[in-house]
Amino acid sequence: MDTAVAQERENYLNASHGLKSWLLTKDHKRIGLLYLFTITLFFFIGGAFATLIRIELLSPQGNMVSSETYNKLFTMHAVAMIFFFMIPSIPAVLGNFFLPIMIGARDLAFPKLNLLSWYLLVIGGAFSLFAMIAGGVDTGWTFYTPYSTTYSNSWVIATALGIFIAGFSSILTGLNFIVTVHRMRAPGMTWFRMPLFVWANYATSLIQVLGTPVLAVTIVLLFVERVFQLGIFDPARGGDPVLFQHLFWFYSHPAVYIMVLPGMGVISEIISTFSRKTVFGYAFIAFSSVAIAVLGFLVWGHHMFVSGQSLYASMVFSFLSYFVAIPSAIKVFNWTATLYKGSISYQTPMLYAFGFIGLFTIGGLTGLFLAALGMDIHVTDTYFVVAHFHYIMVGGTMMAYLGGMHFWWPKMTGRMYPEGWAKLSSLVIFLGFNLTFFPQFILGYLGMPRRYHLYPAEFQVLNVMSTAGASILAVGYAMPMIYFIWSLKYGKVAPMNPWGATGLEWRTASPPPVHNFEQTPIVTHEAYDYTSVPAEEIEVV
Amino acid sequence: MSNHAHSESLELRVQFDTAEQQRDASTLGMWLFLVTEVMFFGGMFAAYTVYRNLYPEVFAICSSSLNAVLGAVNTCVLLLSSFTMVMAVRAGQLGQQKAIIWFLILTLLFGGIFLGVKAVEWKEKFDEHHIPGQAAFHLEGLQQADQGHAQLFFSLYFAMTGLHALHMVIGAGILLGLILHAKQGRYSASYYTPVDVAGLYWHFVDVIWIFLFPLLYLIDRHLGK
Repeated sequence: MDTAVAQERENYLNASHGLKSWLLTKDHKRIGLLYLFTITLFFFIGGAFATLIRIELLSPQGNMVSSETYNKLFTMHAVAMIFFFMIPSIPAVLGNFFLPIMIGARDLAFPKLNLLSWYLLVIGGAFSLFAMIAGGVDTGWTFYTPYSTTYSNSWVIATALGIFIAGFSSILTGLNFIVTVHRMRAPGMTWFRMPLFVWANYATSLIQVLGTPVLAVTIVLLFVERVFQLGIFDPARGGDPVLFQHLFWFYSHPAVYIMVLPGMGVISEIISTFSRKTVFGYAFIAFSSVAIAVLGFLVWGHHMFVSGQSLYASMVFSFLSYFVAIPSAIKVFNWTATLYKGSISYQTPMLYAFGFIGLFTIGGLTGLFLAALGMDIHVTDTYFVVAHFHYIMVGGTMMAYLGGMHFWWPKMTGRMYPEGWAKLSSLVIFLGFNLTFFPQFILGYLGMPRRYHLYPAEFQVLNVMSTAGASILAVGYAMPMIYFIWSLKYGKVAPMNPWGATGLEWRTASPPPVHNFEQTPIVTHEAYDYTSVPAEEIEVV
Repeated sequence: MSNHAHSESLELRVQFDTAEQQRDASTLGMWLFLVTEVMFFGGMFAAYTVYRNLYPEVFAICSSSLNAVLGAVNTCVLLLSSFTMVMAVRAGQLGQQKAIIWFLILTLLFGGIFLGVKAVEWKEKFDEHHIPGQAAFHLEGLQQADQGHAQLFFSLYFAMTGLHALHMVIGAGILLGLILHAKQGRYSASYYTPVDVAGLYWHFVDVIWIFLFPLLYLIDRHLGK
């Protein structure tokens, strides 16, 4: 494509200028980029806390920070990473940018609400950031009572308020997506022609809308209990701290699926595109997203096997937790079947997708260990749990997020990223990740508890390996940060459809015009129908 | 945004193809928001259910200490306000601009009366030392060992009615905005979506009270006496 032409054409980036045009924008694409800046900031804040944790754990004596500071470090690492990075990551950045385009809409149904959602995340983030700077919070991200309501002398209220406000950002984004998918699809875009990324975000939105309000009210109760000394969770007055855990996990277990489902949607897009094949079992993958969303609400008690809930409740929760494996496995097997006899190309997004499938499988299978009552009691609150959820969150979601960022970067910015560097970074991240977290499975199995900065000397070797891995991982994350920025100026100009993909987002210019399409597209094909892509549009880079 | 040629009106925002699509989207959005509200209040109703099952006798005695007459009056006031809200929506459908304004003002008035009565009730609780978390807390007719459980009841009472009242205050703010816009003549038979959607919210807040009133004031009242 001719560079001069591409630069002259009006698109969403050059249609207006100035800070105000960004801060007051109603364009879902610009709001997606605002989210990108915000969550990247929180990723680095959370990463800084992780760095300090790993440095501390180099030696068994706990000689860098006090145990109180260590409590704050792992709490703030989790708060920054979960509430201000992982939950908004794929939906609010990639979903915001691409969901309307993928269904052929000009914008989300409620653009002002979308902008409000971003401001709520920023305001919530500011409260939590204030708490971090003012002295931190030490309750663990789970805020268990009565420690959080009565005993902790740290910034519980400011942090919880930040999470409460950010929760409404999440709720409103979910609401916006659901209405958009129901009411804004282009002519011919039936439910079963929607890309699987849209299905995944739809299922995620259902969880956000149904689950997040329960977290919000739990925080309200925590707040009034701490501030006004109401006694709702106070055992001294007959209140039940386990009730807090029920309410908390009613949201926070589904929240795991808020974090991972959109990633699964990204993987479906990438796997199909880079094997040039229709996704195997489209309807199964679509419904498995909804099934995960529904089942996710029925398993929260598996976080409470040792909290004193009744054994019968534990048995039911254990049983139901196994069911989550079914839709998860449906996805993994269908992706694998999609690869079979596909025309596979090993571009960077595909490498991330491979990483996702392998690491998510390990994370998912170790989840079954934890769902088994007897096994869980052995590894409860050990590094086994830490390794398990990092395989899902970092090995799964983070891989999918980076895969999606590389996949759609040409569309978002109109520039190609440097393929060689990108491939290298994906390998560095994969190696660094496994070196960081695989030893933690062993540490946990051997009995090293989480959330302590002291540990027996015999665990040191594995901890040093983990810290070494984290250093490699940090280098791996720094690389895309640098070459993405570099590519904005020096990257090759991206064509309309660099991957020969089928989605509607590849049928409009890179970067797209303000209202996404010159004309509203009319959809006549199933998703992932590679015969529908005109041959002249494909310019594989 | 920019100098875009797309002309945008209240009736048809640029992202929609037809006014009907826009109206449907707004209505669906509000219903979804109300679903989130059900989940939001649901957490408190769950806590109420758990503790009422743990301490049924104490809850019955606490319940009978509330002023059921004022609660009943407030229920009537709120139902009336829902009626006037419906009439405002109907006035919108018929395009009667004056009637929209008057019915909205009436709704706001009834909402205000509800909050006023609620404030009187809360004041009574302060005077009677029925405020949880205070050393002076004491509920007559209960043994010392049960006072803590009574505090649980009043914690829930204040949390639930407080949250409900907060929703009323937000609703009053929305009504004020609607009244101002209605005075500018923004609403007509072809565009009254904000009135319609605000009506859904107002009715929802009403319905929450319909659950709160019996659960907090009435259930097992005869046992408590």
